[in-house]
Amino acid sequence: MQISPKTLFDKIWERHVVVPETEEAPAVLYIDLHLIHEVTTPQAFTLLREKDLRVRAPEKVLATMDHSTPTVPIGSLKDLEIVSEQGPAQQIRDMIQNCKDFDIELYGFESKRRGIVHVIGPELGITQPGKTIVCGDSHTSTHGAFGAFAFGIGTTEVAHVLATQCLLQRKPSTLAVNLNGNLNKGVSAKDIILKIIGHIGVDGGTGHVIEYRGNTVANLTMEQRMTICNMSIEAGARAGLFAPDNTTFDYLHGRPMSPKGEDWNCALETWKELQTDAAASFDKEVDIDVSALTPMITYGTNPGMVMPIESTIPDHKGNQSFKKALEYMQFEPGKPLLNHPIDVVFIGSCTNSRLSDLRDAAKILKGRKVAKDLRVLIVPGSQSVKSEAEAEGLDRIFIESGAEWRESGCSMCLGMNGDIVGSGKLAVSTSNRNFEGRQGSGSRTILASPKTAAASAINGSVQDPRQFEI
Amino acid sequence: MEKIKTFSANTVNLPNEDIDTDQIIPARFLTRQTTDGIGECLFADWRFDKSGKPNEDFILNQPESTDAGILVAGHNFGCGSSREHAAWSLVDYGFRAVVSTSFADIFQNNALKNGLLTIVVDSDTHKWLMEHPATELIVDLENTEIILENSKAISFPIDSFARYCLLHGVDQLGYILKHDPEITAYENQQ
Repeated sequence: MQISPKTLFDKIWERHVVVPETEEAPAVLYIDLHLIHEVTTPQAFTLLREKDLRVRAPEKVLATMDHSTPTVPIGSLKDLEIVSEQGPAQQIRDMIQNCKDFDIELYGFESKRRGIVHVIGPELGITQPGKTIVCGDSHTSTHGAFGAFAFGIGTTEVAHVLATQCLLQRKPSTLAVNLNGNLNKGVSAKDIILKIIGHIGVDGGTGHVIEYRGNTVANLTMEQRMTICNMSIEAGARAGLFAPDNTTFDYLHGRPMSPKGEDWNCALETWKELQTDAAASFDKEVDIDVSALTPMITYGTNPGMVMPIESTIPDHKGNQSFKKALEYMQFEPGKPLLNHPIDVVFIGSCTNSRLSDLRDAAKILKGRKVAKDLRVLIVPGSQSVKSEAEAEGLDRIFIESGAEWRESGCSMCLGMNGDIVGSGKLAVSTSNRNFEGRQGSGSRTILASPKTAAASAINGSVQDPRQFEI
Repeated sequence: MEKIKTFSANTVNLPNEDIDTDQIIPARFLTRQTTDGIGECLFADWRFDKSGKPNEDFILNQPESTDAGILVAGHNFGCGSSREHAAWSLVDYGFRAVVSTSFADIFQNNALKNGLLTIVVDSDTHKWLMEHPATELIVDLENTEIILENSKAISFPIDSFARYCLLHGVDQLGYILKHDPEITAYENQQ
């Protein structure tokens, strides 16, 4: 019998079907790794208590605190009472209690492994090719960089996974995004994904799992792939995927939770099978020429409202949503954003807070001062990234340039932990969403790469990073 | 889970496209431990000004919207974060359905698990609804159709399993738990 050609996604899906999908019912899909944090779990644990259910596989749950957790140093819960408002403080206390009650190991304040959930999974080596990974957070798509099927879920589904280690799922469609050509100087992975979102639209990936393919892929580092997969959700995609290769295996080798010894060799054999077959087809395909890319910035209130940094803001006459977005941003069609004054620069978030992102920013900020009256906040993605950056002296470069350097966390990306942009203020941010008020009520956000953010920090206005590239 | 078969309610229109979950409920309200009263946070930054006073220009604060039970919104409603608080706040506020030309995946998943119907209509029907604000709609889940005030019936797509669960009040967690033998068998094979 001839075996029909399969995509990478087909292969991962098939290996996790516990009960097959039918017309009447979705598949029961097994989940290998469940990431949890303090914000989207309280009601799930309440449900478990109400139904007198236990957590089926606590060893398959990785718990940390990142979203509402402050980025100022916290040594104990007492410190938390001082810096946090009542709501977030209670949420953190409940997270500690819930993990204790349900036998889940929590990487809390005292842990060197704490950090943004999508940063620590990969750096611990628990994010691995072929796994199914979920989290009550849409940016779970990040882990697809390793060839894992990783997607965000709601709190009801968090309870489902805690209780059964399974989810009810319909199989999504597939979308191939073919990336060809090499990145130019000053251009980053962030610019690639912003370009893709602008091209296919914020709903271009709805109902689809994206596989990123093409000749650009082999030259992308794991951190670049993570940035791209991270924002797949901003195109509406269920998940993003890169097929695992030697870059993936080299990254994972020797990490604390990667397989060891003979287990590593076995894992490697299985991982190498995780490729789309040559004759397999996708439901949709899109081609992007990476070599033509320049730094990208957003000008509106969703990540699809994006343009090359040297362009002028387009006009969509008659589109009320477009008009409303520009009014909110206080921008006008036909005008450039280059040299436009800004109030805040934020470098961080699960999109761009890894060591390579910080190095990109440091390279530009080294020996320079950030603009007067500009607030520059640089937040590492994890405590581990923080100590690695400090070992290289990046913290000194940032502090000497006039930037703030913090403990790890989601920080200013979503304005619920004390770090906010401020009403009416304009920020250049390396995060993932420029929605109205995303970075705090009334905040205005321009999304960009760490290079563009660092370049903009020096002048206090939107700047092209290519002028600083040696 | 409450069973849903047929209901009627008045619409309220929010024509904006790509309404994201940060608009539906800003992140600062996600520190709540329960869903009780979470409807007060719905569209908080559109409904209220900086001092917390209702913004009179916003449609939900206008007299014709007081008894609205169906939100008619622009394309790609519910994009952005996975926060189920978005569905909870719409339900707690009093909405029983959202009508749009498309929904973001995670929002749709969350909504249907909370008895909030996501009704996808074609652009002509959407246009008609936008031109007829505060109209009464009958939602018939059994026959998967909405009936407009002019008696025109329009069928809508819905996942057959979600429909079954809503019609019969099936608890999806209970459904998965019934598959425990298969889950155990799968785990033993690994």
